[in-house]
Amino acid sequence: MTPTTAQPRSRLDPEPVARRDFLGIASLLSFVAAILFAGLGMLRLPKAAVLASPSKKFSVAIPESLPAGEAFVPSGRSVAVFRDQEGVYAVSLICTHLGCIVKPGQTGFECPCHGSQFAADGSVLRGPAPKALPWLRVTVRGSECVVDESAIIPAGTKVSA
Amino acid sequence: MTTMAPEKSPLRTFLHNLVRSPWRVRDAALRGGMPTTDRTRSNFVFGNVFLHLHSVRTHRWSLRWSTTWGLGLAAMAAFLIALVSGVLLMFYYKPYPDVAYDSIKDIHFVVPTGRFIRNIHRWSANVMVVAVLLHMARAFYTAAYRKPREFNWLIGMGLLVVTLGLSFTGYLLPWDQLAYWAITIGANIAQSPREVTDAVGITQTFDPGGLQRELLLGSDIVGEESLIRFYVLHVILLPLALAALLAVHFWRIRKDGGMTRPSDADRRLAPRPDLYPVFTEDPQKTYQLAAIVKGTSPAVGRGPENTVPSMPHLFYAELGVLMITVLVCLALSMVSDAPLKELANPGVPENPAKAPWYFLGLQELVAYSAFMGGVGIPMIVVIGLGLIPFLDREEAGTGVWFGGPGGLRLVAGAAVFGLVSVLAIEAFAIRFGWLREWFPDIPQLVITAVNPGTLLAAIYAAYSLWIVKRHASARAGALALFTCFLCGFVVLTVIGTHFRGPNWTFYWSPADWPRH
Repeated sequence: MTPTTAQPRSRLDPEPVARRDFLGIASLLSFVAAILFAGLGMLRLPKAAVLASPSKKFSVAIPESLPAGEAFVPSGRSVAVFRDQEGVYAVSLICTHLGCIVKPGQTGFECPCHGSQFAADGSVLRGPAPKALPWLRVTVRGSECVVDESAIIPAGTKVSA
Repeated sequence: MTTMAPEKSPLRTFLHNLVRSPWRVRDAALRGGMPTTDRTRSNFVFGNVFLHLHSVRTHRWSLRWSTTWGLGLAAMAAFLIALVSGVLLMFYYKPYPDVAYDSIKDIHFVVPTGRFIRNIHRWSANVMVVAVLLHMARAFYTAAYRKPREFNWLIGMGLLVVTLGLSFTGYLLPWDQLAYWAITIGANIAQSPREVTDAVGITQTFDPGGLQRELLLGSDIVGEESLIRFYVLHVILLPLALAALLAVHFWRIRKDGGMTRPSDADRRLAPRPDLYPVFTEDPQKTYQLAAIVKGTSPAVGRGPENTVPSMPHLFYAELGVLMITVLVCLALSMVSDAPLKELANPGVPENPAKAPWYFLGLQELVAYSAFMGGVGIPMIVVIGLGLIPFLDREEAGTGVWFGGPGGLRLVAGAAVFGLVSVLAIEAFAIRFGWLREWFPDIPQLVITAVNPGTLLAAIYAAYSLWIVKRHASARAGALALFTCFLCGFVVLTVIGTHFRGPNWTFYWSPADWPRH
């Protein structure tokens, strides 16, 4: 950009940024800033605002005939519900290692994927699971109880009707 | 075919042109007719958009089978086969849970040739993984990563990761039990940094694992969001990334001076057979690149001696590799069908739930610590591999198999050491269990830090450092470490594939698995 002024500038008097150069640079910078701003904002895209998964709360009617301390697994849920003298409680069946569904047995839980074993109260006996199976909040409503899979409560908390 | 004589009638000219037009289309397409001499063939390679990826002349060292075994090209050929068969599958595949399973079942049982194309897709993907791994081993053992090829080694690491990513994302698409549970495990491996953050008690405020899993699945379960994510990654994003990296990879091969060869390659090659003269005509191309290229360009100062025209010599070799790759993929697809289990059932895990075979080595480590086996050790391996060309700044042995101090003897020793250590640790852990079995109350962090995987990595690292010291050479240490890594990879993969049954219990043979 060479401004054509009537009087040529001296070499000692350097040319300031010409007006049109300034406008060009300013528009370029604002463009870059806008793209960056929009781009950074759109980084949020892959993180879903609402998780498309079924409700974590469900109600279940425990069969009257369920023996004390025996697991009852509602169909389609990865939760074992128990009832004994002290009350009702629910233990998650999702292995704390890598998310397989553990199988409730006579003395505890077994994971088919990498062989983790848990005691009846969910604590780890052997295998790679890093922590105990969580206990879930149960609320008793008449003959049914509501289990909330998203609410983890201290192990050993039992609810009496 | 010169201009027509003026006395001929316009109609005859027209007819003549019409009759000649097929040949003229050919000549126009080939820019100057069929290449028949070395010079026109060289011009042809130089001027053709698909062929100009190659240099016009190829050094005879590069054409020896043992220089590359054609492994990189085989990997690319397998990628192309997977690309073509994958696009064909896309015509019938529907990425929605349950529907996806039905569409794969249709492809397998109803669509004409569908099963064959699905088999080809699956086998070419497997061939690609094998070829990429062997290609990496070849580049490593011939020290082809050294200056000026360090960056291309890094691009190659990127290609390895994208290749594995393509396989992993493709694994979910059939939406059968195998797919569902392998991806559940994979997604939870992404979440496994929680093993550490939980133990330290900061998951509430700092949860990279949970974020990774959520970004991967788009949800907190493996569901429709996850399937569409894996589908988009598998059919668009990762292939594009692979193609871009491949372009850079090939470009850099040319710019970095072609195939690695030892400095005395010309002396080691048998004398050129007299049958084939170097130049049948004066070279048309001069080697003045003046200010365009930094440093000496590949041919400058060396002249075209000991090179042969790429067309046909290099192209025959390449066609050979392409044909073998196609043949292998087709033959395997005829013999073995891609598996399809029952429809995915989120309530009942597949038992045993196994990932694709090349991840089963990691799955074996994951069975001791999810975080170290699934995240920590793979990251250490990738970083370690990436660092090799920057730690090994030596020159001895470039372009020679097992080149460097120690050579083949060192590699053999390292192989024995690598095999013995991995077998010993695995045998011990399988026979006696690990820390949790002896001390049920042991803190998780101790197991995360000390498990068969980390122990093996530490033993290999210590051995390699000892080799570095003994031979006073980083290359020697790299040879030892890479060999140990390969041995560990192979042994763990075989154990995970063949010797692990239901509940990840050790069985000598799948025939011993309990029936249920």
